[in-house]
Amino acid sequence: MSRLRTNRIVDSAFRYVGIAATFFGLVVLAVFLLNILQQGLGRIDGDFLTSLPSRRASRAGILTAWTGTAWILFLTALISIPLGVAAGIYLEEYGKKNRLARIIEINIANLAGVPSIIYGLLGLELFVRAMRMGSSLLAGACTLSLLILPVIIVATREAIKAVPNTLREASYGMGATRWQTIWYQVLPAASGGILTGVILALSRAIGETAPLIVIGALAYVPFVARSPLDEFTVLPMQIFNWISRPQEAFLVNGAAAIIILLAITFCMNGIAVYLRNRWQKKINW
Amino acid sequence: MKKSSERWIERALALSALITILTTVGIIWVLVSESWNFFKEVSIIAFLTDTEWTPLFANKHYGILPLLSGTVLTTLIAILTALPLGVVIAVYLSEYANPKFRKAIKPALEILAAVPTVVYGFFALTVVTPFLQSFIPGLGTFNALSAGIVMGIMIIPLISSLSEDALFAVPKSLREASYGMGATRFQTAFRVVVPAASSGILVSVILAVSRAIGETMVVAIAAGQQPNLTFDPRQAVETITTYIVQVSLGDVQHDSLEYRTIFAAGITLFLFTFALNHISFRLKRRYQEQYE
Amino acid sequence: MKLIVAEDVNAYYGDNHVLKNISLSISENTVTAFIGPSGCGKTTFLRTLNRMNDYIDSFRVEGKIKIDGKDIYGNKVRVEELRQKVGMVFQKPNPFPKSIFDNVAYGLKVQGTNDKKFIAERVEKSLRQAALWNEVKDILHKPALSLSGGQQQRLCIARTLAVKPSIVLMDEPASALDPISTAKIEELILELKEKYTIVIVTHNMQQAARVSDRTAFFYLGELVEYSKTAEMFTNPKNKRTENYITGRFG
Repeated sequence: MSRLRTNRIVDSAFRYVGIAATFFGLVVLAVFLLNILQQGLGRIDGDFLTSLPSRRASRAGILTAWTGTAWILFLTALISIPLGVAAGIYLEEYGKKNRLARIIEINIANLAGVPSIIYGLLGLELFVRAMRMGSSLLAGACTLSLLILPVIIVATREAIKAVPNTLREASYGMGATRWQTIWYQVLPAASGGILTGVILALSRAIGETAPLIVIGALAYVPFVARSPLDEFTVLPMQIFNWISRPQEAFLVNGAAAIIILLAITFCMNGIAVYLRNRWQKKINW
Repeated sequence: MKKSSERWIERALALSALITILTTVGIIWVLVSESWNFFKEVSIIAFLTDTEWTPLFANKHYGILPLLSGTVLTTLIAILTALPLGVVIAVYLSEYANPKFRKAIKPALEILAAVPTVVYGFFALTVVTPFLQSFIPGLGTFNALSAGIVMGIMIIPLISSLSEDALFAVPKSLREASYGMGATRFQTAFRVVVPAASSGILVSVILAVSRAIGETMVVAIAAGQQPNLTFDPRQAVETITTYIVQVSLGDVQHDSLEYRTIFAAGITLFLFTFALNHISFRLKRRYQEQYE
Repeated sequence: MKLIVAEDVNAYYGDNHVLKNISLSISENTVTAFIGPSGCGKTTFLRTLNRMNDYIDSFRVEGKIKIDGKDIYGNKVRVEELRQKVGMVFQKPNPFPKSIFDNVAYGLKVQGTNDKKFIAERVEKSLRQAALWNEVKDILHKPALSLSGGQQQRLCIARTLAVKPSIVLMDEPASALDPISTAKIEELILELKEKYTIVIVTHNMQQAARVSDRTAFFYLGELVEYSKTAEMFTNPKNKRTENYITGRFG
């Protein structure tokens, strides 16, 4: 066979290989999701959602887990959003020339690559022990906030960068101060992008398990948390706990809880993507 | 009046930005101080060369090698899975696929990265392991292979997305020169474009390795928690990260030597990922200058 | 006393000497045009009058620029107050992505005014002065970006007028607009002259001839000639001015 023909065959063959590779991951994921649905969907009912965990698999529910997740989501948002957005504003609008900002930038890039479990170790020593928060929701939220802070900061910066300079000029030209310009013009214009980034970051936070294990989130929590200083568990932790047990029935529980967790995650991601598309259309004037 | 409140606002914003520095300082302080105490009792030589890791048993050994081998093994499997797939996907999307397809598929691949890692762990344990057991003899219920493969699937988007950007950055003129000489798309892609983008692809691989090393839940669920100095993927292993989880789940007293082992493990992990991230950062800067 | 007095102004972008020994003075209630080929420094000089060049790192200015007797580059000067006295209309209309009403009210909001009635009155007055009121009085809460280009530019003028400046700087205000809108803007300038002092940078010599009382011709950073418009266009004193006006270059 001539060299030319071989080359042509390889070329066409690669097209199929490429498509196969591209869909491989998605197909595997689809198989997995179907498997999960098959295993766990039947288990989900009102009781499951409103029962406390139990040593009997059939009685166990995810009440404490999903309320814990809700608490963590709320507290983490409360802490990380103002800090992250403020830091992003500073770096993008104020810190363009000074060296401190440069150092902070490099540092943020580093932090983004630190494994999440290390944040758990930090949280353990700093929040749980030194600041005496105990293994509480508050400690968990603080730890997760530090973890997702780089993500929020970067998203804020990108959103602010996309705001055209003519807007700032018009505002300054009318005698507005820097902060007035940021507060009345830049932030509102960047809000869509910032919101998208925040939702994605929070979606990641509620899927995290390792750092919360390290700070002492419990595997078995037979009560619903009532205050930020209470001990707690979250959905991913409950899932981990159940699937670490040999009994089949607990695996089914785990599958059911996974469905709930995935539903929440995909919902949040979907909203974020929708917001991003809408904001990108708006910003193109 | 206005001027002073502007100053205060600026200071408050700067303070928020400084928190990130405090985070890094905190991490380093915590890891170093606890490890320091650890290494007062356990010699570094023993730490680095002992082949057993049994701090929680009666007969205590503190050699990190089993944890390292577990980490290396699972990471290796993950990269062997993700790299070929990731690069092939990147080449296909960048050189073959039409722009509409590219735009549609990129967010779809990101879904792979959005799934929580616990979920992947479940998948590895309940679907992948039984599947592999049907044709691999001697595959344990907990094994490094399933965990590694699933980790690989999880990080495919990392490699494919960054590699694709690197391929995209290669100037069109290079491709045209190759086509002009009668080369096929495949030849152009693999003989010209991929080599030209090699540092960008390398950056993506380094970042993927760093990610795999730091991964916890997939391995904790599917690979068991037995420190095992082995390179046989059919066996259960323990990585640095899953060891930390194991201790945190148990009842170890604060300020004991056993407690400090998690920080010794942690600082090892931190040093590795930091070094990898730093190298990739340098590499990225170098190849970005190439195409300015 | 002249309203705007520039004495020996030199300006630099880094090592680039972009304004050389500019001295001129502008009287109240006049329209002054700055003309000259691209890169001659007319826009740079315009922007020194409200310190918009402050945002460029490498920019440096020497000499005095006095507005109402006070050097605007002096130590104690609050630049935000300066900009309320010296307003600016930009080349490309840049309304805020807010409603028409909010655009015009922005300057007042930024100054700290809260009185709703006062703001509403001022907004109406400014829109009337900008000859836009009749077109927008029923759609004040619609987004400003839904207006046409010419309307947007008049909105920007209204916005500037709302804070009652004494001087309005215009950087090629009609260059992005169609001929009809341009004519409207020129009409507007002639009306505004009664209450305001206007300085306009323009590429269009006929426009300068139509609207301005005095014209300054800039070339390569120097002020070549500055005289009554009618005189400059019929009987320029400087050879370079003549060449530019007759189209030999630029």
